[in-house]
Amino acid sequence: MLVPGKDEKAKYPFLADAGRHLQEYGFELRQFGTDPILRVIVDKAHERVMAAAGGSVYRSGLAGGKAMQYDVLDMEVFSFLIAIVLIKLANRPTLVRRFALSEARRAETHLIRDLSYRHNRLDLPRAKMARSILHDLFGLKVEVRDPDNRYLIPVPDYLKHSSVFHEREWKLVNRQVEDGHVILKPDKTVRLIRHALTTYISAKIRDSPVPDMIPGLEGMVAELAAVADKLTPAYESTGENPPCIKHAINVLKGGENLPHSGRFMLATFLLARGRPVEEIAPLFKNAPDYSERVTMYQLNHLSGRTGGVKYNCPSCDKLRTQNLCFAVPECDGIITPLQFGRRRKAAEREQQQQPSDAKPAEGGEPA
Amino acid sequence: MNERDIQFLESAFKKYYYDHISEIPVPDDILHREFGYQKLGVKGMTRHIQVKDAGQMRVMLVQAVPSDVYCSNSYYSFPNLDMKEKDWRGADLVFDIDAKDLDLPCRRDHVLAVCETCGRSWMAQEREEEERKERERGTGEKRIGDSNLECSSCGQAGRVRPKSLPCKKCIMASKEQVALLNRILRDELGVGAEHMSTYFSGNEGFHVHVSDPAFRELDARARADLAGYVMLSGLIPEALGVYRASGLDRAELPDLGQKGWRGRFAKAAFGSKAKRAETISELSKTSPGAAYARFEGIIREVSGGVGAKIDAQVTGDIHRIFRMPHTINSKSGMLKTACAGDADSFDPYVDAVVLDADETVSVECGCPVRFGLGSKRFGPYKTGESAELPAYAAAYAICKGFGRLAGAATTAAADMD
Repeated sequence: MLVPGKDEKAKYPFLADAGRHLQEYGFELRQFGTDPILRVIVDKAHERVMAAAGGSVYRSGLAGGKAMQYDVLDMEVFSFLIAIVLIKLANRPTLVRRFALSEARRAETHLIRDLSYRHNRLDLPRAKMARSILHDLFGLKVEVRDPDNRYLIPVPDYLKHSSVFHEREWKLVNRQVEDGHVILKPDKTVRLIRHALTTYISAKIRDSPVPDMIPGLEGMVAELAAVADKLTPAYESTGENPPCIKHAINVLKGGENLPHSGRFMLATFLLARGRPVEEIAPLFKNAPDYSERVTMYQLNHLSGRTGGVKYNCPSCDKLRTQNLCFAVPECDGIITPLQFGRRRKAAEREQQQQPSDAKPAEGGEPA
Repeated sequence: MNERDIQFLESAFKKYYYDHISEIPVPDDILHREFGYQKLGVKGMTRHIQVKDAGQMRVMLVQAVPSDVYCSNSYYSFPNLDMKEKDWRGADLVFDIDAKDLDLPCRRDHVLAVCETCGRSWMAQEREEEERKERERGTGEKRIGDSNLECSSCGQAGRVRPKSLPCKKCIMASKEQVALLNRILRDELGVGAEHMSTYFSGNEGFHVHVSDPAFRELDARARADLAGYVMLSGLIPEALGVYRASGLDRAELPDLGQKGWRGRFAKAAFGSKAKRAETISELSKTSPGAAYARFEGIIREVSGGVGAKIDAQVTGDIHRIFRMPHTINSKSGMLKTACAGDADSFDPYVDAVVLDADETVSVECGCPVRFGLGSKRFGPYKTGESAELPAYAAAYAICKGFGRLAGAATTAAADMD
């Protein structure tokens, strides 16, 4: 069982029991709205949430994983707990997601450092705690291989965590596998649990009670809510077809037989892109067993015109198992062919590039 | 299949189950598995069955006289409920190796095109040749199994199906794939031999079941990833130490002595240490982009031969029910049976033949090639030729569709399948 010390709580504040922590220090939440001495914690918490909303990682008061001053440890834990209070009050799922991801990334840097502290006897407890976090919270059993500082993860443990990644480098086939273990560098070992860690922190936030509004913090909460509202992304497509779709079209153009799964993929993809059934049907004309009546019937069925159920385009994972995936580097990170070539709308991109307090030029309109 | 043929097969299957019922092993944790079965002459499958114990399973086999029996690799809290309500708790890993997926040249010599309505059979390659001629005449090529391909004998459309007959080469090649798969599972993925079971499917493939609890909770995506590893599918040059921008990283390049797929890949790609050194030296002189492209080409050439040829969809599916070990496969009348001990000495066309050898049955056959079953060889038979066959060979001919009991009606109306 994990029993974190003060030092560990500062690095991994999600391990702290929020209610108990505040109680131990004799604080009530209301005090954080008005007490000028506690204001510094609130400001730090605000800074922490804003950094997360902006997609960066909050710069901690810990240097090299250690506190320069003793009170920094308390500050780290309290600012995390108050940040959660602010997020609960702002009530925006985007903030929960971004904050959880940012805190997971912050914890990763400490985990990587702590996992590597194993040659120095004084630092052994740190490595032990880091490995306990990986094992007890995320079921990741890690062994260290000397002398190259590589970590051995049992194959099933690796697969449980890696299957959420969509980048090809995380596929098991692209890892070094020996004797039932995947061999990883420390940074990849810790990166492996990012999703689980983010989910863990998100759950902590979701499960904590929504406090009453704290007098004195209304303005800060409203500001965070407004920031979150601006963050919902909008996307546009470059219009280019992904390689799997190009391949399917080429097969049909050549008069070759495209398997049923390939026809399903092509039809559902084009339907999802808004192409009408009448426009899609001629694509199948060269198929060896083409029948206009059957094709129209099937397309109408897939589109939901008949049957009432609209079928979705298969995921990239599914297509890989059907040997229909012909991935190119541009496919990295997508989970369905429909995401290929997707990019943020121009207006969004420009907005993202501007400093947060920038205003449109005099007389100009936002792009 | 006509009524008399169905009765004959059901009687033969029932006798087998009745005589061997105590030898049929009970699946582990039977209470949490889903069972299903099919019956001859009945469309569809009866599934979502919960079987409480060995006794109930045996009663099901003897009373229902199923043509095929299935059991889930998954464990559910409520196996008898609909899929969404079953509450999935985990699943054994299953790998399927099928001879028809190996693209062997021998298949043209032993795959028939059989009309399931009239029983007429051709060598599949001859039937496809006829279709090619049709295409040249502008009437369009149709493949065996296509819904609009008509039988040139009885005229029925969509009933001409490919049927493969026994072939030692196919079995040898499948066994090699099984051996490769078992090595990958044991030496690379860390599966203990005590958790691995290999079965002949009863037709022309093998199933490898892995009951290691460490793998039981993997979801469908993780299983698909595992299948990709076994097949060496999705390998990228970066995993070999070759980068688009910076070229080769010599320390990361796979070497022949390495464990895991890296060693297997190096052996297939380079062949020898000298050839490896030569290739690296040659590629070091080219641009990073050219080296990257070259390795993409090597991966394309080599991957198929280095990985095991499994059906990835089978491994990735966690809601499938599989033919239950030690039950009869109605595609052949043979048994899905364990390849105990030395798989090399296992001969499925002898060891999986379990129906009666003493009883002789008169069968009208139409089979243009010879085939071996049990310790005997049969055929070839001209269409409609009458032959006295042992019950197991008669069942085989009927299951494959190129035989029917002599004196049976041959009209399409008698078709029950």
